[in-house]
Amino acid sequence: MALLDVKNLGISFGGLQAVNAFDIQIEKGELYGLIGPNGAGKTTVFNLLTGVYKPNEGIVKLDGSDITGKSTIDISKAGAARTFQNIRLFKELSVRDNVKVGLHNQYHYNTVEGIFRLPRYRKVEKAINERAMEILKVFELEGTASVLAANLPYGKQRKLEIARALATSPKLLLLDEPAAGMNPNETKELMDMIQFVRDKFDMTVLLIEHDMKLVSGICEKLTVLNFGEVLAQGVTSEVLNNPQVITAYLGE
Amino acid sequence: MLKKIDKRTKNNFITYAMIIIVFMVVQILLASQSVSSLMQGLLVPLCVYVILAVSLNFTVGILGELSLGHAGFMCVGAFSSAFFSMCTKDVITLGGLRFFLALIVGALSAALFGVLIGIPVLRLKGDYLAIVTLAFGEIIKNIVNTLFIGKDSAGFHFSLKDSISMNMEPGGEVLVNGPQGITGTPQNSTFTIGVILVLITVFIILNMIHSRDGRAIMAIRDNRIAAESVGIDITKYKLMAFSISAGLAGAAGVLYAHNLTTLNASPKNFGYNMSIMILVFVVLGGIGNIRGSVIAAVILTLLPELLRGLSDYRMLVYSIVLIVMMLFNWAPKVREWRERHMPKNLLKRKQTARGDK
Repeated sequence: MALLDVKNLGISFGGLQAVNAFDIQIEKGELYGLIGPNGAGKTTVFNLLTGVYKPNEGIVKLDGSDITGKSTIDISKAGAARTFQNIRLFKELSVRDNVKVGLHNQYHYNTVEGIFRLPRYRKVEKAINERAMEILKVFELEGTASVLAANLPYGKQRKLEIARALATSPKLLLLDEPAAGMNPNETKELMDMIQFVRDKFDMTVLLIEHDMKLVSGICEKLTVLNFGEVLAQGVTSEVLNNPQVITAYLGE
Repeated sequence: MLKKIDKRTKNNFITYAMIIIVFMVVQILLASQSVSSLMQGLLVPLCVYVILAVSLNFTVGILGELSLGHAGFMCVGAFSSAFFSMCTKDVITLGGLRFFLALIVGALSAALFGVLIGIPVLRLKGDYLAIVTLAFGEIIKNIVNTLFIGKDSAGFHFSLKDSISMNMEPGGEVLVNGPQGITGTPQNSTFTIGVILVLITVFIILNMIHSRDGRAIMAIRDNRIAAESVGIDITKYKLMAFSISAGLAGAAGVLYAHNLTTLNASPKNFGYNMSIMILVFVVLGGIGNIRGSVIAAVILTLLPELLRGLSDYRMLVYSIVLIVMMLFNWAPKVREWRERHMPKNLLKRKQTARGDK
């Protein structure tokens, strides 16, 4: 059974059908790409999958459980984590605290234990710290753990966002244009990192991307969206050679 | 990693030490009788203002929502605790115990109001939230002004009109007398209790900030959408922060109420002027900077009194101090200069120059 199983997903804003009859099946451990021209509805699909928008129709199943129309928080708990097209970090918090916020729902102690620094606070807080540093190490951010997130260079901010998403220990990682604004070197590094994360954490990744080199380099399968509808779907090399896809991207 | 935690603890420790040292200095001055009676009268209000500033900073600086109704929560705490003390004056004769219970009553009822007001208000953002909290603060003050509560052998009587319409038996006691407020509250507040409350407030806020809940609250402040995406319950944490802030303001109200023989809600003590004044402390001390709030509240409360000798010029000097403090805390150039001339940074620069980073 597919880890993410979406059937006939659709939403309209006023009279505009932003996404229509969207289907996607992603197997566990797959690196899946979602591409399409500007305004095709890619980010809208992400927002539907993570509960920012409620779909008008369709069913979303994550690892067998129905998450259609659930709140963002419930979907996060169910195991979907995302990054954003325009970076959304907790800018006034340190890099480490950003990851610690991601760990919020996995480590628990109550408010009173927190205020009075009871033994449980110390124990759990120590575990949180260690876990956060472990995750930062994967992204080679451990050296900047105490730096404010706002002061990180752009490429590292992108990495930190992925680190924070991974901290929620998701089953499915949704990356919204992770390479946007990166130079070729940084993109190359990011490609390696995404693959590394997939292998190390045994993660399933769905990513939106415009950089065709990145897409063809790491994605095993692709779905192409155009005007809110699926234009083509399948193995990367075949989809990219599909004449319809080429037309959608380059025009007639 | 260890170093970071140490730095935090050290920072918190400096704040506590500062408060305790000031307390001891004042105690020595009091013992040597070199404090004027006017200044002595200011000591408890000083603690009240510090608690208010620190608790408001939790809403403004940590939760990131501009609240202009803080005096309203103080009002709730003051009246509920004064009412409690009046009712139990004959039952609990032990002043300390009664004050402690009154403190709990005041703080909890203010926190309850924080939740009740927070539920509708926290759906708003920015300026809208500020305006609505301002309105709620005024509403609380005005309702208290029309509240009549009396007690006789048949029990409690309430009215929102006047004391006669309560229909009390002759000999019944009017506890809350509308605009005249509550008269005869036992005066249990002392400077020592005030400082203890300040320390407790600072302790709660600082520890809260560095806990899981505090991180969640600051995450919401920095980016609500991202906080939601990692599974943080926005409503829960906003309400939590708002009600803790309100509860501590209520505690300040308790201290305030038990420092006066007559407690009434006038625009001067519980009106929006008060809320704005607390906000001034917070802004000048640095938004999100707890120690700054303490210092700003102390300086700005004492200043008008210290400058009394200058008579007409004192508000002039006061405003200049306000401007200087604002520049010192917020102007980018000054901040840069300050950072460079901080003792620890000077040291670091020397070390870097020597090449051992």
